[in-house]
Amino acid sequence: MKSFVKIPALALLILAAPAFADAFLLVAPALADAPISVTLKNHKFSPSVIKVKANQPSMIILSNDDDTADEFDSSSLKVEKVVPGHAKGNVRIRALAPGKYPFMGEYHAATAQGMVVAE
Amino acid sequence: MIAALIIVFREVIEAGLIVGIVLAATAGVPTRSRYVVMGVAAGVLGACLVATFAGELGSLFQGSGQEFFNATILLLAVLMLTWHNVWMASHGREMARELKSAGHKVKTGERTLAALSVVVGVAVLREGSEVVLFLYGIAAQGGTSATAMVVGGALGLVAGAGVSALMYFGLLTIPPGKLFQVTSGLITLLAAGMAAQAVIFLQNGGLLEYFTGTVWDTSWLIKEDSITGRLLHTLVGYSEAPNGAQLIAYAATILMIVVLMRMVNQKQQTAQIRHAA
Repeated sequence: MKSFVKIPALALLILAAPAFADAFLLVAPALADAPISVTLKNHKFSPSVIKVKANQPSMIILSNDDDTADEFDSSSLKVEKVVPGHAKGNVRIRALAPGKYPFMGEYHAATAQGMVVAE
Repeated sequence: MIAALIIVFREVIEAGLIVGIVLAATAGVPTRSRYVVMGVAAGVLGACLVATFAGELGSLFQGSGQEFFNATILLLAVLMLTWHNVWMASHGREMARELKSAGHKVKTGERTLAALSVVVGVAVLREGSEVVLFLYGIAAQGGTSATAMVVGGALGLVAGAGVSALMYFGLLTIPPGKLFQVTSGLITLLAAGMAAQAVIFLQNGGLLEYFTGTVWDTSWLIKEDSITGRLLHTLVGYSEAPNGAQLIAYAATILMIVVLMRMVNQKQQTAQIRHAA
C-alpha cells in the first residue's frame, strides 16, 4: 500500500524536472535566418508552401487565428505541436536534406495542409 | 463523421495497445484492475488538464513547454517500464509460486502494478489530451455537423477499444510460462520507442541537438502516417527516417534494460543456490 504514496511522489519529482532544463536554454541555438511566420485561419495555412534553406535549421512561428486548437503534425519533419486558438507556437525545423516535407493541422486535416520545401 | 472516427480511433488505439500490454504483463495478479483503472482515470483527468491549460503549458520555457512536458512524461514511463521488467526478472518466479499457492496472498505484485499504473496514466494522458482538444473544437463550432462528429468520435472510441481488447486476448493465448517472456520483450521495445520519441521532443524544444541527421529512410516501405506505421510506432517505436540521436536512445534503452535484467536474475539465482546449500 505504501507504493500508493511513493509513486505519485516520484511522479511529481520527475514532472518538476523540466524546471532544470531551462538552465540549458540560456543560449538559444543560432538559426540561419529569421523565423518564418505562418498563419492558420479558417483551418488553412498561409503560406501553405514554406521554403527553407537545405541543411540549415529554421523556425516557423505559427499563429493560430482560429477559435479552436490545432496540432501542427508532420512525421517527415518529426513535429507534433499543439497550438491553441488565438495563440502562437514555435515549430523548430531541423536541418533538412533537399526535398518536400508535407505537414497538416491534424484536427482539420481536410483543409489544413501544407508543405515545407528545403532547397 | 469519418474524420472524427479516424482521429479518435487512432488515439484510442495508441493508448489502448499500451494498456493491453500492461494488462497481459500482469495477468493473474488479482488487484491489477484497480491499478489499471486508477491509471486510466488519472490519465483522463490529466488529459483534460493538459488540454485546458495547453496555452499556458506551451508558453513555458521560451515556448518549448509542451515539448519538455512530453519528453518528461515519456521518460517517466520509460523509467517505470524499466523498473517493471527488472523487478519481474528478480521476483517473477517468486510471484508465480505465490500465484499458485494462495490466490489471495499475492502482495508481491503490487509494487510493480503501481509503476505500470503510471505508464497507463501517461499513455492515456498523451493521447487523451489530443482527443479532448479535437472534440472540444468540434463542440465549440456547434451545428448539426457537431452531432455527427460526436457520433463518429464515440464509434472511434469503441473501435479502438475493440482492437486493443483483441490484442490483449491474443496475448493471453500465449501459455503462461512464455507470457512473461513475451510481455517483457514487448515492454522493452515499448520503452525503447518511448525513449527515442522523448529525444525528438527534446530536440524540438531546442535541447540535445546532436546527431540530427537521418540515418536511413524506410518511408517507401511503411509510411509512419499509415495505420500500420502508427501501430508499429506505438508498439516498437517505428520511425520512417530515424536520426542518430533517436537510434542511440533506442539502443541504449534496450541495452540498459537487458543488462539490468540479467544482473538481478543472476543475483537471484546465486542467492537461491546458496539457500539450497
